[in-house]
Amino acid sequence: MNMRNEPEHYVNPDAFNPSHAETLTPEQERYYQASQWTIMWWKFRRHRVAVWSGVILILFYLCVPFAEVIAPYSPNQRSNDHLYAPPQTLRLFHEGSFVGPFVYGLKADIDLETVRWVYTEDRQDVQPLRFFCFGPQYRFWGLFDASFHLVCPAKDGTLYLLGTDRLGRDVFSGLVYGARLSLTVGLIGVTISIVLGLFFGGLAGFFGGLIDSAIQRVIEILRSLPELPLWMALSAALPVTWSPVWIYLGITVILGLLDWPGLARAVRSKLLALREEEYAKAALLMGAKPSRVIRKHLLPGFTSHIIASASLSIPAMILGETALSYLNLGLRRPAVSWGVLLNEAQDISVVVIYPWLMAPVVPIIIVVLAFNFLGDGLRDAADPYK
Amino acid sequence: MLYYILRRVLTMIPTLFVISLLTFVIIELPAGDYISNQIAALRATGESASIAKLEFLRAEFALDRPFLERYLIWIGLWPGVHGFDGLLQGNWGWSFEYEKPVSEVVGPTLPLTIVLNTATILFVYVVSFPIGIYSATRQYSWGDYGFTFIGYIGLATPNFLLGLIMLYFANLWFGLSVGGLMAPEYIGQPWSVGKALSVLAHLIVPTVVIGTAGTAAMIRRLRANLLDELHKQYVTTARAKGLRESRLLVKYPLRMALNPFIADIGNLIPSLVSGSVIVSVVLNLPTVGPVLLNALQSQDQFLAGFILLFVAVLTLIGMLVSDLLLAVLDPRIRLGGKA
Repeated sequence: MNMRNEPEHYVNPDAFNPSHAETLTPEQERYYQASQWTIMWWKFRRHRVAVWSGVILILFYLCVPFAEVIAPYSPNQRSNDHLYAPPQTLRLFHEGSFVGPFVYGLKADIDLETVRWVYTEDRQDVQPLRFFCFGPQYRFWGLFDASFHLVCPAKDGTLYLLGTDRLGRDVFSGLVYGARLSLTVGLIGVTISIVLGLFFGGLAGFFGGLIDSAIQRVIEILRSLPELPLWMALSAALPVTWSPVWIYLGITVILGLLDWPGLARAVRSKLLALREEEYAKAALLMGAKPSRVIRKHLLPGFTSHIIASASLSIPAMILGETALSYLNLGLRRPAVSWGVLLNEAQDISVVVIYPWLMAPVVPIIIVVLAFNFLGDGLRDAADPYK
Repeated sequence: MLYYILRRVLTMIPTLFVISLLTFVIIELPAGDYISNQIAALRATGESASIAKLEFLRAEFALDRPFLERYLIWIGLWPGVHGFDGLLQGNWGWSFEYEKPVSEVVGPTLPLTIVLNTATILFVYVVSFPIGIYSATRQYSWGDYGFTFIGYIGLATPNFLLGLIMLYFANLWFGLSVGGLMAPEYIGQPWSVGKALSVLAHLIVPTVVIGTAGTAAMIRRLRANLLDELHKQYVTTARAKGLRESRLLVKYPLRMALNPFIADIGNLIPSLVSGSVIVSVVLNLPTVGPVLLNALQSQDQFLAGFILLFVAVLTLIGMLVSDLLLAVLDPRIRLGGKA
């Protein structure tokens, strides 16, 4: 008599089918087989603002390799006939009839009272733009001479879309060339910062003990220092005799040098957590060297996270370079960056008369905003719990 | 509590040493020193009369000694030409460019620097606190969206560009200069009620310019922290018991969300001080910012070194205050995790 009402032991006589318990739909199967990076990409795609920010940034970064082609002038080309010329408006219709994109020519008169040039549009002087044209010569990527431009002014005409500065240099061309240095400074700086952060964070997190506490102290001290005054002091220490290329490299190193503590801290805490995982212990017991365990087993666990956090410090570096160049401590002509261009806007009474000198502010703010949104999106996408 | 304060202040001492050494290394990085560069310049022009005087100055300020000795003399742990006479003894050094003691050059700017930074930190606290609470309790309302949007813009706009833009529009619309920290007639005058009011009025623009990014960040943090708390079970329980909404908010979730809020402001202080330096240059405020820029450009090493150190110490003190505040609020920190 079975008083306790237990069910009798029962064995299903049918053959066992492993996929019987749960059948995966094709979508689920795709999801489970996708790599970590693919999943990240899917998640990132859902973040509309971040995707659009990425597109905008790609457009900006196109200026880096193709600055010579996009800009109608070279950034240091002076025009003594057009000092502080105002922006020329792009128009399509001349006296009611369609002529395609053109600008009116500028007529310069001297105003003897304020002693400065006054420019007026000459309504009779129609200067149609030329597209895919041959203009001033340049050396493309330092490899071969070329003179191909996307857009050129009319023959004997001018094309100052954003006006000119005190020496008659085209501001728009300056912005295009300036993107080259301003946009890459953050990338190189962040690379330096990632390398340092991984190295020191890795040391601290993996070995722990005395090394850990020493590195922790250094991180704490560096994080408690105001960055900008230190950047200023370090870039003031760069020798004046250096060529612009070396100054540029020096500044990227300076920017990266003070940024790594945040990353190192993230790497350390992740490593401390992952080190305790079974697979890491197993690898160690099997005789793997620490460097191999870190590289092969631990790093892949948080690379995506590190890259996402690092991308958030790119805008800070772009701003750092801008600030330094604006203060005359960073890059100088003939090098052109957005900060160097802003240097022209230091005297506010000049800016009030020639407001187009403030033009670099616009791309800087757009790029910084876009990087912030992109970084947010990347970080969310890299977070496995979201 | 006393024990905690004591320990916290004592840990600052080694930090200060490391920072002073770091500062000294940085200001010694450029080749040569102010005087040897001048000597070289004089030699190049063939003028040798004043070289003897400069050589004397070089010896006077111990610039001819080895690096470590120079550092120790600077901070006052090694006897210089006139015995122990360094930072620890209250001698801030000599400014070669102004040919005056550093204390006379930076002296008038120090109080204003402290006032400006304190005002900025207070601004961040006072503005972000109510807005953060509002945004969290009225999540997804129009006000919340509005503040979030403004916050994003504020976060991305670099403070010195914001300063430049404000300077431009103030000039364009009102024809007035927002630069300076007081009306011109008060410069060089002794302190009076009128002067203090003038300083207060001139503080508004720079405080907003420096503090905007930090305020935006703090609003986001407080909102996120408070939202986390508001979704917890104890809040539901309290509401089910019939606790008034205002009391429910202030009594528990707010106190929980307050800790990370205070700690984050501590972390924010370095960037606020950074911002105050460059905004001071842009808006031409009489703080240490413009003096530092000048000193760096002319390699006036003791002046630059002192200002760098001062700015770092200011940051450290700010963080100390925020840590102490945190300890007052949170018994877990005060009692050293024994509970």
